[in-house]
Amino acid sequence: MTTLSSGTGAGGSLASVSPARKLKDRLVQGLVYLAFALAVVPLLSVLWTVAVNGAKRLDPTFFQFSMNALSGKDAGGGAYHAIIGTLEQVAITTVIAVPLAILTAIYLVEYAGNGRLGKLISFTVDVMTGIPSIVAGLFVLALWLLTMGFGFSGFAGALALTILMIPTVVRAAEEMLKLVPNDLREASYALGVPRWRTVCFVVLPTAMTGIITGVMLAVARVMGETAPLLLTIFFTKAINNDPFNGPQASLPTFIWEQAADPNQNSIDRAWTGALVLIGIIMLLNLVARLVARRAAPAGR
Amino acid sequence: MAKRIEVSGLHAYYGGVHAIEDISMTVEPRSVTAFIGPSGCGKSTFLRTLNRMHEVIPGARVEGKVMLDDEDLYDSSVDPVAVRRVVGMVFQRPNPFPTMSIYDNVAAGLKLNGVRRKARLDEIVEESLRGANLWNEVKDRLGKPGAGLSGGQQQRLCIARAIAVQPQVLLMDEPCSALDPISTLAIEDLIEKLKTQYTIVIVTHNMQQAARVSDRTAFFNIAGTGRPGRLIEIDDTSKIFTNPEQKATEDYITGRFG
Repeated sequence: MTTLSSGTGAGGSLASVSPARKLKDRLVQGLVYLAFALAVVPLLSVLWTVAVNGAKRLDPTFFQFSMNALSGKDAGGGAYHAIIGTLEQVAITTVIAVPLAILTAIYLVEYAGNGRLGKLISFTVDVMTGIPSIVAGLFVLALWLLTMGFGFSGFAGALALTILMIPTVVRAAEEMLKLVPNDLREASYALGVPRWRTVCFVVLPTAMTGIITGVMLAVARVMGETAPLLLTIFFTKAINNDPFNGPQASLPTFIWEQAADPNQNSIDRAWTGALVLIGIIMLLNLVARLVARRAAPAGR
Repeated sequence: MAKRIEVSGLHAYYGGVHAIEDISMTVEPRSVTAFIGPSGCGKSTFLRTLNRMHEVIPGARVEGKVMLDDEDLYDSSVDPVAVRRVVGMVFQRPNPFPTMSIYDNVAAGLKLNGVRRKARLDEIVEESLRGANLWNEVKDRLGKPGAGLSGGQQQRLCIARAIAVQPQVLLMDEPCSALDPISTLAIEDLIEKLKTQYTIVIVTHNMQQAARVSDRTAFFNIAGTGRPGRLIEIDDTSKIFTNPEQKATEDYITGRFG
């Protein structure tokens, strides 16, 4: 007791903070808020502009009709063909890329150890992350279309998107698997559970929430890709439900095409296309969150 | 059900580090054997060689013989996964599976090894939870997450999970070090009860605990940092705590070093 009271007596009141420190605290706090505002203002501005401009053509016609037999200056028309194209292409991409990427991540985290093959794969994934999207499109154009002789199709677009999606999902899944405590793996081994079952029934479920989030971010990313699609799915104004045959449309290429036309009707359609694309991505995110919540580790 | 363990000339390594040196001992069935000794002397490493968990760590390897009745665990024809079904383990920190309910945690070992019949699972889950003195506390919330239990309950859940696969030997690596005295008492009572059916080996830093629960005690020590750990002596617990053969054991037990 005596030491405590004499201690505070010598150092002054516990409540007072030196003015310089207070000032620094305020200053840094202000800077943090400023940085936050700088990051959020453009984001909100983009959302607002797209919403306001896109609302004009957000009508049933937009979702029911294609641009078949319409030219840029005509009113009406819609993006049905583009929405179908985007959904099909991204679905195919996800079906191909996600299993490949998750299996790669499992190999890297659970099996590769410090082996040479693991390092090689890791390096390759890093390189793939840095591939500009148009290069992925050119690669598919050169290999699938020109060398192997297939025609433009939604599937060719999906192949290009797959190249872009795999590395992002591998990295996300890898990070999540690394976060699973080793204790859990050991607990499972100690029960006489083989390694592959441990991975399937203990490690993967524990990491599932994070993996789903990573997959969603990757889906959102490839959904907005335009350049690789221009080279692989080509253009069409008509509805093509078959992703394996003939040119298909997609929302990004639809926006690109409509925005390049000087007629106001086309520009309005481009805005609405952008709004719909954002809407689809947000909807998918919402669904993923719900799924992730159900798969989440039972709370404490 | 319980089996005798006979270890002879066992060495364990982590990469180039020689962790334990030339250990030979016999662990009797239906008894509790306690391992004591200062930190880093290789008690846990030795424990993990008894169910081939040591080799899970990259670069780790073992030389020597561990006989479980008349089978050598380190024979090249032996499957480590099969060994771990016979020799169960409870860890220092309670580690229930976070994605699973209490029921699923206990049933995990069985389910993951292909037991599917609901009635059979129900029966084993109840039996194991009763065996771990946890049934009365959780019987009304078997579907709730295992991670929601208190630390002591989680550790008993882990014991229930370990005994659900009906092993012959149960290894416990400082099972009470993260628990309060009341939970510790609950676990010690449980060990007393389990030893009628299992061969139990327990690593502990708590001398009183070793004296309370074990029939035999092994003292491990290390000659200096970087040197491998060795078994100094193993004898009846009463003898080790009253009249040990070795000076080092006496010094450790009376608190003169370590």
